Amino acid sequence: MLKVLRDLLRYDGRFRLAIILLGGVAAMVLLSYDSPYDPGKSFVVPWDLPPSREHLFGTTSRGQDLFWWLTFAVRNSLYLGIVTAIISRVISVLVGLTAGYRGGWIDRVLMAISDTFVVLPLLPILILLSFLLRDSMNLLNLAIILGLFGWSFDARLIRSQVLSLRERSFTRTAIYSGTSGFWITINEHLPFVLPIVFATTLNNILWSIGMEVTLSVLGLSDLTTPTLGTALFWANQHGALVAGVWWWITAPAVVTAILFLGLYLLFTSINEFIDPRTRLRLIGG
Amino acid sequence: MRKFILRYLIPRIIQYLTLIFVGITVTYIIPRLAPTDPVEAQVSMMIARGNTLDPQSVESMRAALTDLYGLSGNPVEQYFAFWGRLFRGDLGPSLNNFPTPVSKMIGQALPYTLRLLIPAVVISFIFGNLFGALSSYYPANRALNVLEVVGQVVRSIPYYIVAIVLLVVFSYFIPIFPFSGAYPIGTRPDWSSIDFILTYLEHAALPAATLILVGFGGWFVGMKSLTSNIISEDYVVYAETAGLSKNRILVQYIMRTAILPQFTALAMVLGTVFSGALIMEVVFGYPGIGSLAIRAIYNNDYSMIMGITIYSIIGVATAVFIMDLLYPLFDPRVRYQ
Repeated sequence: MLKVLRDLLRYDGRFRLAIILLGGVAAMVLLSYDSPYDPGKSFVVPWDLPPSREHLFGTTSRGQDLFWWLTFAVRNSLYLGIVTAIISRVISVLVGLTAGYRGGWIDRVLMAISDTFVVLPLLPILILLSFLLRDSMNLLNLAIILGLFGWSFDARLIRSQVLSLRERSFTRTAIYSGTSGFWITINEHLPFVLPIVFATTLNNILWSIGMEVTLSVLGLSDLTTPTLGTALFWANQHGALVAGVWWWITAPAVVTAILFLGLYLLFTSINEFIDPRTRLRLIGG
Repeated sequence: MRKFILRYLIPRIIQYLTLIFVGITVTYIIPRLAPTDPVEAQVSMMIARGNTLDPQSVESMRAALTDLYGLSGNPVEQYFAFWGRLFRGDLGPSLNNFPTPVSKMIGQALPYTLRLLIPAVVISFIFGNLFGALSSYYPANRALNVLEVVGQVVRSIPYYIVAIVLLVVFSYFIPIFPFSGAYPIGTRPDWSSIDFILTYLEHAALPAATLILVGFGGWFVGMKSLTSNIISEDYVVYAETAGLSKNRILVQYIMRTAILPQFTALAMVLGTVFSGALIMEVVFGYPGIGSLAIRAIYNNDYSMIMGITIYSIIGVATAVFIMDLLYPLFDPRVRYQ
């Protein structure tokens, strides 16, 4: 594991950049535990101050220090992303392994469902869902909903891996030795698909944080919780651009962009490392 | 031909119908799983708005709303009634703009979304694939490498953020594009006047740029990885040795082979692109489906949100189906099965 990290750090510029960007994000998350301000309170500092040494990202029209408020926002958004990713990983691994190993009509039914979820326009459905659940919406509920909708594409990916594993001789040896199908799947096939599961986890975190931003901007999430999306929602509510408080929009947008770029670079870098063909090109072997 | 129908056409039709069936069933189930009763929510909101209503009219309103939401009868009857109303294209009146039908309002907004979405998808698909193939054919080209980095960066960022950055930069700090809308407030759409078309295009520039920029990177990266194996194939080397022009090799030998999976990918991302277009419209105040949706959210217009969801599912499913039908034109293997 350490050797993999060292190889990636040495040979892949994208990986280095990703570590730097995500390091900055992680620093913000850590700082939130030492914030001088409570994000739930407003009018604790003078409002509408542009960025300065005292208020790094300026202050909002609601009298909050934007930098410290965003440290909470990043923390909450990451929490949402990780919870969503865990839920949807469980579903996609289960569906992918079962469909790939069992084949036949189970495979066809599961893949028909997952294809449907891939193609369906999720945003309108999520709008409808969060509109109806608006009163009971909190970060955890949103994470669960997103987790239930975000598994389909990766299930297909895992299935295609298992399809090829099933034809390998070790699977046949295991079957002839009397190993149960469940055991083969968990013990023999799961380790092979874990690298892909890890890479898609990053991608899924990206997707869910982006979805949260989208739904929050529409006013459909729990607006009292600081997240990257609610930061933009409140800035829009107070007409930040029209009022000339441009930093209120710009700061969350830049922080979101940094987080996304960091995760995305990490994803592509790891994805290419997993694939032996591209890995050779990467480390020049 | 018979084989083509059996092996290709019928599975696609089944897929299309499954997609609509699952999508519509999900939209049918969701409101019924929600803890809040939409009828009660609507009634209590009307009362909260300050309308003094006597108990009897509240009761009749409740009955009307129950009927409107298709909540009378047992769940199975409700489900069939739901489909029945869909087939008649009757999605009920908008609660906020009573009694204008939801279908009519969506019909008015849809052209704005489509006139933006279709050109943007086509442009980003063509240019993303072209430059992606160029970049793997000429790996040393500086400009193409820069383009790849820009494409990857923008591609990873959500539509909303890209839209807001473009808006802040190009109509706030450098005010060269209008702030919002599809045309200036107070003008009437007049498609015969050149001036109107020009301002229309000016207003569409930033929204379209958002969709094109986000899409471009995906096609670029996809095409590059698809063609990276093809450029060293024997038939490409042979064509080069035979002295064919580089452009011809690129377009007819390399891109022609790699474009097929890209077409399949296009069908798969249509739903995502459509969702992106909705959120982009909210940023730019563009009067399409997205703006209709956000107004419905603010005004608690439940039937409108329901209508938009249903139309989106049917629309995206149909678009994917049409792409499936066009696919044999590009893939001779399917055509001559």
